[in-house]
Amino acid sequence: MIMWFAGLILLIVKLAVVLGFLLFLAAYLVWVERKFLARLQIRYGPNRAGRYGLLQPIADTVKMLTKEDTIPDGADKGLFCLAPAVVAMTAMLMFAVVPFGPELSVFGRKVPLVITDLNIGLLFVFALSSLGVYGVALGGWASNSKYSLLGGIRGAAQMISYELALGLSLVPIVMLARSFSVVDIVQAQERYPFILVQPVAFVIFMISAMAESKRIPFDLPEAENELVAGFHTEYSGIRFGLFFLGEYVHMQVLGALVAVLFLGGWRGPFLPPPVWLFIKIILVVLFMIWTRGTLPRLRYDQLMTLGWKMLIPLALLNIVVTGAVVLF
Amino acid sequence: MTLYTALFYLLGALIVASTGVAVTRRNLVHAVVYLILSFFGTSLLFYLLGAPLLAALWVIIYAGAIMVLFLFIIMMTRADAQAGPLFPPGQWIPAAVLGLLYLVVGSLMVLAVPETGAELRPAVAAPRNFALHLFETHWLSVEIVSVLLLVALMGALYLGRRRETDVSGEEP
Repeated sequence: MIMWFAGLILLIVKLAVVLGFLLFLAAYLVWVERKFLARLQIRYGPNRAGRYGLLQPIADTVKMLTKEDTIPDGADKGLFCLAPAVVAMTAMLMFAVVPFGPELSVFGRKVPLVITDLNIGLLFVFALSSLGVYGVALGGWASNSKYSLLGGIRGAAQMISYELALGLSLVPIVMLARSFSVVDIVQAQERYPFILVQPVAFVIFMISAMAESKRIPFDLPEAENELVAGFHTEYSGIRFGLFFLGEYVHMQVLGALVAVLFLGGWRGPFLPPPVWLFIKIILVVLFMIWTRGTLPRLRYDQLMTLGWKMLIPLALLNIVVTGAVVLF
Repeated sequence: MTLYTALFYLLGALIVASTGVAVTRRNLVHAVVYLILSFFGTSLLFYLLGAPLLAALWVIIYAGAIMVLFLFIIMMTRADAQAGPLFPPGQWIPAAVLGLLYLVVGSLMVLAVPETGAELRPAVAAPRNFALHLFETHWLSVEIVSVLLLVALMGALYLGRRRETDVSGEEP
């Protein structure tokens, strides 16, 4: 019984640390993004709240929390309130299967540095990411506004199209690691990270991941110049904040997935494992921000052509080639 | 009554209730949301019975892909709620007959197996074991289903293609 309680307390501590870290990092990623984008566009970015604008995320959070929370008259109240929660929740839950270090042993007890090591870890991530679509689609529908509806429909179409490429690009990784468990996949990269043997899968995964998180050049669901703000046009206050939080947590989770599946996860010399994972996540996120600062938005038909006619056939070909190599 | 049994009945109640609510909604989007909840409950039930792979695939395919398509079509067509009775007799009578038949056959099949009275125990089938079992003992069913899906795929392709030529044929 005592062991059971110790396990429970350990789990709660791990959850609290990971969740606190995710939320804190999400707030500061907004700062990083604004600052980095500003530098790319030769301007200063936030620089009023605190030194280098470092207090800007706190000011933003206070603003979101205290702003009036409006619900449009014609909106479907229940679904309108549910949608932002779905987006934020699915993004945060995905982090549960990401390992941030090797197994520790504390007081003779083995402590795995992952919240839960599911033997279907990767599929768990896909299940949550496919549920995340509902937040966007229902949020757009429930707002009862044409811009929101168009944004929601675009979001749903885009996300289900790119989910296929995302899933197929990871099949070779599962074949190489011989397991769906994310912990086992990191174990399998003991000698070399998978990016060296699966560069094609890496490129497909990166592109689909950016499309999944609806960022430029794939931000059609919220294209400002056509749809005001797309699916979250009618949201304000903390409900909008939850959509925003979901997007930045999603960026971190995708960064963590790229790190864990292709870059060797927490492996690295000298520094402690969680620090290596953190560095890799930040590098991927910076790459995504850089892309946002560089590329224009795709047209809708270009988006669908890229997804269905290029990424998916390429991913299928990659599976066949990897299968042949693994077999012989 | 163990914890597993309690969870089983809880999930069963959730599934039945959410499906019941789903079929009695006039607002189609609400119906879809309740149906998703029902699929989610089914997936948890699979997990409880020791099939995590099936649970994950159930959410990905049914809740994640098929229901999104439903939602997509409902949102695109903006179908309004229809007036009149929710269940016209032409619909509910055949449905009730088929449902009753399924209930009787299902109960008989469950009662015919000796394991019916066994207590629910925690168990986990790893994806590898699941796949081995599926492809060793039920390979014929898998092949039949895959042929069915292939036919559906070809049908969809045919319908899509014919429409394309029609549109181009109309233009001067």
